[in-house]
Amino acid sequence: MKSPRRDWLWHIPLLLVGGTMLVPLFFMFATALSAPGQALPVTDSVWRMIWPQSWHWENFAEVWRVVPFGRYYINSLVIALVVTGGQVFTSACAAYAFARLQWPGRDKLFLAYLATMMVPGSVTMIPNFVAMKILPEWLGRVLPQVDWLSLRYLGTGAQSPGVGRLIGLDSYFALIVPAMFSAYGTFLLRQFFLTLPRDLDEAAKIDGCNHWQIFSRILLPLALPGVMTLTIFTFMGNWGSFLWPLVTTNQEYLRTLPVGLQAFQGQYGTEWHLMMAAALLMLVPIVGLFLVGQRFFISGLTVGAVKG
Amino acid sequence: MKRTGARLRDTRTAIFFLLPNFLGFLCFTAWPVMASLLLSFTEWDLLTEPRWVGLDNFVQLLGWRRDPTGGWAANDPQFWKYFGNTLFLMLPLPVNMLGSLFLATVLNKKLRFAYGYRLIFFLPHIVSGVAIYYLWRWMYNPDFGLVNALLRQFGLAGPRWLTDMHWAKPALMIMGTWLAVGGSSMILYLAALQGVPPELYEAASIDGATAWQQFRHVTWPAVMPVTFFILTMGIIHGLQSGFDMAFVMTGGGPYGATTTLGYYIYTKAYVFFEMGYASTIAWVLFLVILTVTIFNWRRGGKVIA
Repeated sequence: MKSPRRDWLWHIPLLLVGGTMLVPLFFMFATALSAPGQALPVTDSVWRMIWPQSWHWENFAEVWRVVPFGRYYINSLVIALVVTGGQVFTSACAAYAFARLQWPGRDKLFLAYLATMMVPGSVTMIPNFVAMKILPEWLGRVLPQVDWLSLRYLGTGAQSPGVGRLIGLDSYFALIVPAMFSAYGTFLLRQFFLTLPRDLDEAAKIDGCNHWQIFSRILLPLALPGVMTLTIFTFMGNWGSFLWPLVTTNQEYLRTLPVGLQAFQGQYGTEWHLMMAAALLMLVPIVGLFLVGQRFFISGLTVGAVKG
Repeated sequence: MKRTGARLRDTRTAIFFLLPNFLGFLCFTAWPVMASLLLSFTEWDLLTEPRWVGLDNFVQLLGWRRDPTGGWAANDPQFWKYFGNTLFLMLPLPVNMLGSLFLATVLNKKLRFAYGYRLIFFLPHIVSGVAIYYLWRWMYNPDFGLVNALLRQFGLAGPRWLTDMHWAKPALMIMGTWLAVGGSSMILYLAALQGVPPELYEAASIDGATAWQQFRHVTWPAVMPVTFFILTMGIIHGLQSGFDMAFVMTGGGPYGATTTLGYYIYTKAYVFFEMGYASTIAWVLFLVILTVTIFNWRRGGKVIA
């Protein structure tokens, strides 16, 4: 019944929408490559604005020089990697307990986990912030031997990279630990574990496997699509995390990329060519990760919606 | 006896597996939910001791009183304004959803380059976040931005977008559509459409149904549950969102035109350190979301059944 001769008409709206999606990104790229002086070319030619008129690749190097962009980048990478690893590990373990083990109160606790997924982040963030604020002082009273309040420095001199407090505001602890546990991750992996046949566990048990071996050698590899989905979602979510790092850290050396981008907003106006170059550099891992794990990303979006 | 022993061992194993996650859940999710509820009945600036004020915060936030002229005035007019802003910014949701459905329907025709199109449409969703908010702030720059340059091309003088009281909200909504139309809702629609048996369309076209009739009587009912899901999630998400965007692009202005409830909570909690009042707003927001969720469950159950 198809009429292939008229099918090409559908390409018109698709091209229009595709163009609309790409044009701002081209503008971003062209700005990132423009010379500092000409960063704001007053031109009425839209074409000249979205196609680089000069190729100042050195802008991408400049970004690392004018602000501690390398420090922001490493912070973001380390925090996102540790948070992702921790969240996937703790979620997978808990998911095994929920999906495969019998214990009193299991279903009630699972329901509690589900219920908290409805709570907005702003509700839990306030007490978490308060806890971070008062924790060092409180710990100082309990364990006065440790200097909980001082911002520690590695090495000497004002230029040396700080590491922040051990715990509390302005610490890596605040940036990493609260984000490492997730009810959503537990829920997602439990659903994946439930789709795997129990015969596998039984067979492994007969072969002499204990629970840890069943979990780590049989279920986890088989649930790899779920694990990958959670990994990608968690990494991307944490990479873009803005509000929590914004309110819990004040030291430049603790800044992550989303918060650090503010550094290009100078007192006398924003250096847009550097801002766009920095923003593009920030997007590289995200786009790369998406292209590599696209399959898992898409399947993760549809979990619980279409077939649920 | 043996059974009890096995069960006990199972429980012990379960504790071992659950403990890391459960401790984190307790410390950073379960306890904070309760704590913020307690905080919402207090006044606390983090410097002096917290003071129990009962329902005062809720009365201040939600209450109305008679003003001298005999009319009614809200105790906290800002809250209602920002609540209105939050709802207003959610208005494009149905339009975005229709756009997503349209794109998914066309992509589902298995045209050439469909994969490439899908990738490009999805790109804004992937890159969305602070970096892209800066891009759009630059796009909306009245003198050097791309948006006004495009309008000049057609001989139109563009407004001062993000600093104009009347144009700041539409600016954010246009950007929102750019971000959302090819995003997760398009993917969800695409997945739903792929689940529709092609025989239905064949049967319909044999019966002489036009393209519109096929859409109206085959596609639309088939994607109804997904539509419902996207709408619910969109409302829940929309009620909480807006902070990152407004913080980067407008600072909540001009004159509070782009301040959402999320932004209001931020200001109260982390700028003025009114921890009690901020918790009250957060809890009211939570209760609104809870109401929407329950309402949707009830109605959703009926639609699917």
